[in-house]
Amino acid sequence: MKKSKIFWGYMALALVIYAVVQVLINNGIVTFYYQNMLITMCINIMLAVSLHIILGITGQFSIGHAGFMAVGAYVSAICTMQLELPFVTGILLGAIVAALAGLLVGIPTLRLKGDYLAIATLGFAEIIRIIFLNIEYVGGAAGMQITHQTNWTYAFFGVVVTILIISNFTNSRHGRACISIREDEIAADAMGINTTYYKVVAFAIGSFFAGVAGAIYAHNFYIIQPTTFGFLKSFDILIFVVLGGLGSLSGSVLAAILLTIVTTYLQGFPETRMIIYSLVLILVMLYRPSGLLGTKEVTDLFKFGKRGGSKA
Amino acid sequence: MSETLLKVDSLGITFGGLKAVQKVDMYMNQGELIGLIGPNGAGKTTTFNMLTGVYTPTEGKITFNGKSIGGLDPYKVTRGGISRTFQNIRLFKELSVLDNVKVANHGLAKHNLVSSIFRLPSHFKGESKMEEESLAFLKIFGLDVYKNELAKNLPYGMQRRLEIARALAAGPKLLLLDEPAAGMNPQETHDLMELIAFIRKEFNLTILLIEHDMHLVMGICERIYVLDHGQLIAEGSPAEIRSNPKVIEAYLGEEVTE
Repeated sequence: MKKSKIFWGYMALALVIYAVVQVLINNGIVTFYYQNMLITMCINIMLAVSLHIILGITGQFSIGHAGFMAVGAYVSAICTMQLELPFVTGILLGAIVAALAGLLVGIPTLRLKGDYLAIATLGFAEIIRIIFLNIEYVGGAAGMQITHQTNWTYAFFGVVVTILIISNFTNSRHGRACISIREDEIAADAMGINTTYYKVVAFAIGSFFAGVAGAIYAHNFYIIQPTTFGFLKSFDILIFVVLGGLGSLSGSVLAAILLTIVTTYLQGFPETRMIIYSLVLILVMLYRPSGLLGTKEVTDLFKFGKRGGSKA
Repeated sequence: MSETLLKVDSLGITFGGLKAVQKVDMYMNQGELIGLIGPNGAGKTTTFNMLTGVYTPTEGKITFNGKSIGGLDPYKVTRGGISRTFQNIRLFKELSVLDNVKVANHGLAKHNLVSSIFRLPSHFKGESKMEEESLAFLKIFGLDVYKNELAKNLPYGMQRRLEIARALAAGPKLLLLDEPAAGMNPQETHDLMELIAFIRKEFNLTILLIEHDMHLVMGICERIYVLDHGQLIAEGSPAEIRSNPKVIEAYLGEEVTE
């Protein structure tokens, strides 16, 4: 009973945040510039949280996340621009195709471990990029023009659904199975966990929400080009998760918010932008090597003494 | 009622040119407590790994509960009713003590992925059943006071106990214990002996035990197998093993004849 109360509390909080920002947008207090920053923030949160389930929860080192984002972006763009389907249908189809791509890549590559898996997923993301680069139907290297359909409502509820489903997954026997794979794959196997199945499931769910993020991204910037989804984008997402703390959902959300703000404000200093950005990363890693929150969640910080008073 | 639960026929495995284990024949009847001993490097843990599916045997047959299980995936072997502990503790360090046990309980729960993602009633029912059962296991091992503690923060002896609790939560018919008393002091070893005897009765278990502590092995095992250089050199009751010249030779070396 207590848990459902906390849940409705969070939902109410989310609705309040949504309503306040929406009112501010309607009144013109939040300008188009800041509205755009908020939407980018939402997209980054979705990307971070969707990689969190693969890397932070299941411990599979995937650095091809931009590939799944690209699939979501292009498929949704084809749906809305070429087939003239509604935007919501486009988001869903984009996400489903991205999840299928995740299954397709996951089943053969998840037998690999650590560095090998990283290289394989990196290779996959590049293949996706090259494919889109060479298809004239989606504009090739010149990119694909898309009408602006994303707004605060789509972006915000995209984030809410992503976080809700991924945290529901994590706090169940299925999520625990994934964490046990991260902690010790041999022991997990010996305890009756079908490790391949859960790795693939986590990979597919992660790809699904990367697809959602890609679809919302595609309809925000008027144009998508294959170069946007290069490996640097994959690394950006990876940085959100690592900086937030591997295994912490709220950590990756927090890191995505912070880094989006940092990048947005640094756009005024194009010459020194990457230097300052890198410095921020180096400093955080020096002083918080396990990420901003480690494996803890924001909510844990308010539960003093509940963990038996021991220091992790 | 002494039907054969586990039967091993001329089991063997080679790693490259090394014959780690060869021609091992064993049987275990329902409800027996059997010891597997031998000097270091004799192939005891390798045998365990073959029984639990970690290694695929290169020769021989393993029959458990009437079914052939040689070379099956480890998680299938566990679901089939064999679970184990590890010689070098392999707990899920960053999970709480309770969650460690819940992970092993996973195979017995029914609620599926969709019900968990959308928080359907079957999810809540399934999760609270898991919680209840896992807490019951912790209570037996005196670990319920530590349930929210991270596994890595437990004292060593408690970690060993948690390993056994976790293995039990997978619902085995046959429990394989790989050096459960390693590193324990005599008092802890004594408590562990009583605990093993208790769970065996309570859960109607068959137990195979690897152990170097001869006091423990001789004290509770009904039959003992002795491995040396990958081969079985003796089998019998503790008294027989104690006076077997081959066993003495394997442990202490040959007698010098003048």
